[in-house]
Amino acid sequence: MDYQYLLELFCGGVVKGSLYALIALGYTMVYGIIQLINFAHGEIYMIGAFVAFIVAGILTFSGYSGLSVLLLAAIVSVLYVAAYGFTLEKIAYRPLRHAPRLSPLISAIGASIFLTNYVQLVQTPDFLPFPELIPEFEFMADISSLLSSADLVILVVTALTMIALTVLIKFTRIGKAMRATQQDMIMARLVGINVDRVISWTFIIGSILAAIAGVLIGSRSGQINAAIGFMAGIKAFTAAVLGGIGNIPGAVLGGLLLGIAETFGAGYISSAYEDVFAFALLVIVLTLRPAGLLGKATKQKV
Amino acid sequence: MLELRDIQTYYGAIQALKNVSLKIGEGEIVTLIGANGAGKSTTLMSICGVTPPRRGDILFRGEPIHRRSAEDIVRLGICQVPEGRHIFPQMSVLENLEMGAYLRRDADGIKRDIAEAFERFPILGRRRNQAGGTLSGGEQQMLAISRALLSRPSLLLLDEPSLGLAPLIIKQIFEIIKQINVENGTTVFLVEQNANQALKIAHRGYVMENGAITLEDRADALLSNEDVKRAYLGI
Repeated sequence: MDYQYLLELFCGGVVKGSLYALIALGYTMVYGIIQLINFAHGEIYMIGAFVAFIVAGILTFSGYSGLSVLLLAAIVSVLYVAAYGFTLEKIAYRPLRHAPRLSPLISAIGASIFLTNYVQLVQTPDFLPFPELIPEFEFMADISSLLSSADLVILVVTALTMIALTVLIKFTRIGKAMRATQQDMIMARLVGINVDRVISWTFIIGSILAAIAGVLIGSRSGQINAAIGFMAGIKAFTAAVLGGIGNIPGAVLGGLLLGIAETFGAGYISSAYEDVFAFALLVIVLTLRPAGLLGKATKQKV
Repeated sequence: MLELRDIQTYYGAIQALKNVSLKIGEGEIVTLIGANGAGKSTTLMSICGVTPPRRGDILFRGEPIHRRSAEDIVRLGICQVPEGRHIFPQMSVLENLEMGAYLRRDADGIKRDIAEAFERFPILGRRRNQAGGTLSGGEQQMLAISRALLSRPSLLLLDEPSLGLAPLIIKQIFEIIKQINVENGTTVFLVEQNANQALKIAHRGYVMENGAITLEDRADALLSNEDVKRAYLGI
């Protein structure tokens, strides 16, 4: 057995999975609060990558390079995409808050198609080369076959983002309001929580996470186009369902498992069927645990 | 303190409240009794801005509040303990109490009030880190009342606090309600099916049938009213 190869696949899977996890968090947070599958979330991620691409392009052209460009591109992208998430909820979902459940779902699919085509129209349907923003770190030279410098940046940023999210949800006022709204929306209103504002914040935070993933994937895979949101969205949604939709640690776990399943399937069986392994894993897990890995209905005593 | 003038509330096309008018004076315990589906809970939700009335006025200290948001109404000092307690199930007892103080910014005051809640219900203090959903029904009711008090309401609305509880616990809950009224000077509006217990601690009462008030009187007068006895007291 080739342990070096196994380890390589594992590291690749964790990197890939952590990006899935970042996007999956947005699905799961929104679902947890308003039981809506925000199908336009993949497009939010794609727009994040595009904004970063444009900012990075301008800065690279003006002679800047390296991590400072990445950081600046990420900041602009995050702000821009937060506004997109906020607006998306206001336009596509809020008017349908009290409509039958199917209506906002259709609206979500519509928003997804609209955003893909909008970017194709005003930008380009072609693949664009994302500038290499992450330099090769010298201290990574020894293990660069396992983990590239870009991979390391992805892992560190993802980990920090998730720690920040955990702190936000556990300890801050808005985080507590989000949890309260998720657990009992009527009671949340009765203690004076502005539920509309909480929902807006949920979209904003989810979008920020997707934007971070978009910037990171752009600087790793090297190219982006207007359609990348679709597959990424489906995969991240799968990750969220795998972990138990509505469950935040579940989204992270689901993302990591999905990434690892994909790289192992591609590495040991066939890379042509990479996507199949992700969905096969979903089918197996849902057959055994229909609520997902960590999803469970906590029963409330009455 | 609170006045409802001819309020009408709808769920879609269904009218739940047909011209409900009532008054609650400062410092009173007023009870609203009636059968299942009479509109008692809807009355409370209308006051709180969760299902605002389509017509009619709600005045709090003389000011109209029926167009205000649920958030504003809590800020004005009206807080409800809804039917079924509605404890945040995955939040700890402590976090549930903190949510009651969501609109307050005085950290020291909140800490004092939480300590006071633990003094009033020592069992909550012992379970402060336990998830709210794992408490027993009686403990949840104590938590729900304590959480509402954390918003420092001047008017406390209680919806069926005795529902599903053992007789001994019911007795304790009603004693606490009375105590809150006397010691904190909190005005209480109590919705109950347990008419007997409710009328015993209340000053005045209203009887509701099919979305309208059909009777109002002093509590002791209602307790000896023949119609009330037959319909709600089971005597």
